[in-house]
Amino acid sequence: MSHAPQSALPVGHYAYDDVDRTFLKQRVAQFRDQVERRISGALTEDEFKPLRLMNGLYLQLHAYMLRVAIPYGVLSSSQMRALAQIAQRYDRDYGHFTTRQNIQFNWIKLEETPDILGLLADADMHAIQTSGNCIRNVTADQFAGAAADEVLDPRVYAEILRQWSTLHPEFTFLPRKFKIAISGSSQDRVAARFHDIGLMAREGENGRPVFEVYVGGGLGRTPVVGVKLRDDLPEEDLIAYLEAILRVYNEYGRRDNMYKARIKILVQALGVDGFRDRVNAEFSAMDKARYKLPETIVEAIRSRFGVPDFEEAGNGPEKLVQQRKADRAFDFWVQTNTHKHKQAGYASVTISCKPAGGIPGDVTSAQMNLLADLADQLSFGELRITHLQNVVLGHVRQDKLYDLWQVLEQNGLGTANVGFITDIIACPGLDYCALANARSIPIAQKLSERFASPDLQREIGPLRLNISGCINACGHHHAGHIGILGVDKRGQEAFQITLGGAADQAEVSIGQIIGSAMSEDETVDAIARIIDTYLTVRTAGESFIETCRRVGTTSFKDAAYATA
Amino acid sequence: MPLLENGQLKDDNWQSVADGAALPSGDILVPLSRLAEGLGRNNEGRLGVVLQSGDSVDALRQALPRLDCVQLIFPIFRDGRPFTQARALREHLQFKGEIRVGGHVLPDQYEFLLRCGVSAVLLREDSDLAVWQKAHDAFTVAYQPSVLEEQPEGFALRRRLF
Ligand code: HEM
Ligand code: SF4
Repeated sequence: MSHAPQSALPVGHYAYDDVDRTFLKQRVAQFRDQVERRISGALTEDEFKPLRLMNGLYLQLHAYMLRVAIPYGVLSSSQMRALAQIAQRYDRDYGHFTTRQNIQFNWIKLEETPDILGLLADADMHAIQTSGNCIRNVTADQFAGAAADEVLDPRVYAEILRQWSTLHPEFTFLPRKFKIAISGSSQDRVAARFHDIGLMAREGENGRPVFEVYVGGGLGRTPVVGVKLRDDLPEEDLIAYLEAILRVYNEYGRRDNMYKARIKILVQALGVDGFRDRVNAEFSAMDKARYKLPETIVEAIRSRFGVPDFEEAGNGPEKLVQQRKADRAFDFWVQTNTHKHKQAGYASVTISCKPAGGIPGDVTSAQMNLLADLADQLSFGELRITHLQNVVLGHVRQDKLYDLWQVLEQNGLGTANVGFITDIIACPGLDYCALANARSIPIAQKLSERFASPDLQREIGPLRLNISGCINACGHHHAGHIGILGVDKRGQEAFQITLGGAADQAEVSIGQIIGSAMSEDETVDAIARIIDTYLTVRTAGESFIETCRRVGTTSFKDAAYATA
Repeated sequence: MPLLENGQLKDDNWQSVADGAALPSGDILVPLSRLAEGLGRNNEGRLGVVLQSGDSVDALRQALPRLDCVQLIFPIFRDGRPFTQARALREHLQFKGEIRVGGHVLPDQYEFLLRCGVSAVLLREDSDLAVWQKAHDAFTVAYQPSVLEEQPEGFALRRRLF
């Protein structure tokens, strides 16, 4: 039996209409023209660069890289198939899911890019503003619309912000890139405080939402935890207030030094009160009627989202209990890779893109097609990409989990490691990236093999291990309980270890470097010793990060640098 | 330099006054530092001010009713501050005169400029007008309000572009 969407609207994301499609076609035509002007020489590379970046096209070490937007991480099965087709036809048969819920293709030819964008447009997709000094893809909670603890669906607001920021006339040449994340629950699953703007929604008194607004968070070479700017921003002021923040940033953000150009530096320079004063001055001076977001618009956008047509739970939950009892490996997978659903008889499933020894976030076109089929059969045709580089099926019947798990197992996607030490975030690193100091992928693979044993991982418990190939921190190493940072040590690739970072719901902190850099193999061994130390000193039920906070880093540091 | 206004190339009749030079008669554009001097002229022509991208438009608040033109400068196309300056001139200071931009501007920025309230662009001598026209015609819809009185169209935040 199929769970394919009943209505014409795609479940979980905004349905394009003819106007949106015309817009995308115009955008493709514009880019085709820009590519021609570049090839003819009418545009210099310096002039072309921001134009291609605004279409997600980077020039990397070996080829162009194309970053495709997956707004709030949600896509339909047919869109996933379009990505598979691009991987197969224009890349080397795979793609890479990123921590900003997008997908990157690493082996792209400039001349073919307009055709790829055309193919994407046919699937209601694009690469607009996935790069460049503009407002980037707005990210949201991967369990949106499904989580039992959700207050409201953040995707509706992420879509409103996506539309509002698309080719925004004033904010397309900002001092630096600008990232917004939005969470629909008080459980922060989007790392809101590591974004330029982080929004946390909750229900307001009149039944309409209000937002806590955080500003000035970020990773990169200067990691900063965002500060709270507003506690209770009403829905109708959402756009006006963001306009005000961006106006202040566009006017005062530094442009003399790209390393000091992010909004976090401006917030630090003015102080949070000084910054807030300017934003409020701008906010009170602006024409409110023009920028108001009325309830009717929110509801109009919401009405373009398909909603799943859930069935009765029946005896699904009991069946699941039986199946878990009968199969220990399945039971482990259910424990780690499923999340509580608000609808009785359903669960959200996280499919790990991190098999033992694999490359975090890399998915082949065959796997993409399989995921699309599974979404059609089991989850209303909807898929989500998480900021931890995994894929989520949002709404799976509990009595289908066993079948699903078996298919995943057969296709290398059944790893039961979500939230564990091998659920590693890693950036592309020196294998692809022109800015890298070191390769992130091989060390991720070695660590993933080292800790591959399911029993060992369960013994270690929740642990976030993040790897970046350089100080730009695309792999979120600052936010890892254990972070690994690639550095250049006299011309050699080397790695520093950080401890104590977190972008968890309860606490946000930045990891501290514990000592000098080591080689790849030394680093892997040092991490194994850190884990051994943790297993020895932890108290019952204490997670790695809790132990780290309780005992500090000294004993871990001693362990890391102990030579046997 | 040719001036692009409403899709047409026009002669530019404004004279830009260099830093140390005496103020001529006729329509002149002065740097912000010489605004008072410019205002001191007697009916010798219209007055405009050239703002650098780091200047605050607020400095024009008093003088604005007596100005006919504000010229904004892009030192490089990536410096997006003139977009905010133009929008603020229209939205906060209700400036109704000409806002023109000079310096390093790309045709691909033309529509953004217009939607921020810019009325004319100083083009490089070798500019291809057709490219600018094409940039203006590239899109028929926008997804956010601007200071132009564009009509909301159909759905949500959309505006029809002309
Ligand atoms: C391979 C091409 C890439 C290049 C050239 C690149 C470049 C950069 C640079 C220069 C920064 C620092 C910006 C700043 O601090 O102002 C940065 C930050 C970041 N990038 Fe990348 N990146 C790449 C790939 C990725 C990938 C694959 C991901 C996701 C897995 C990613 C996600 C991020 C994130 C989350 C940050 C830090 C958060 C923040 O903005 O503060 N990037 N990137
Ligand atoms: S962290 Fe550095 S090496 Fe890794 S993708 Fe970002 S810029 Fe490249």
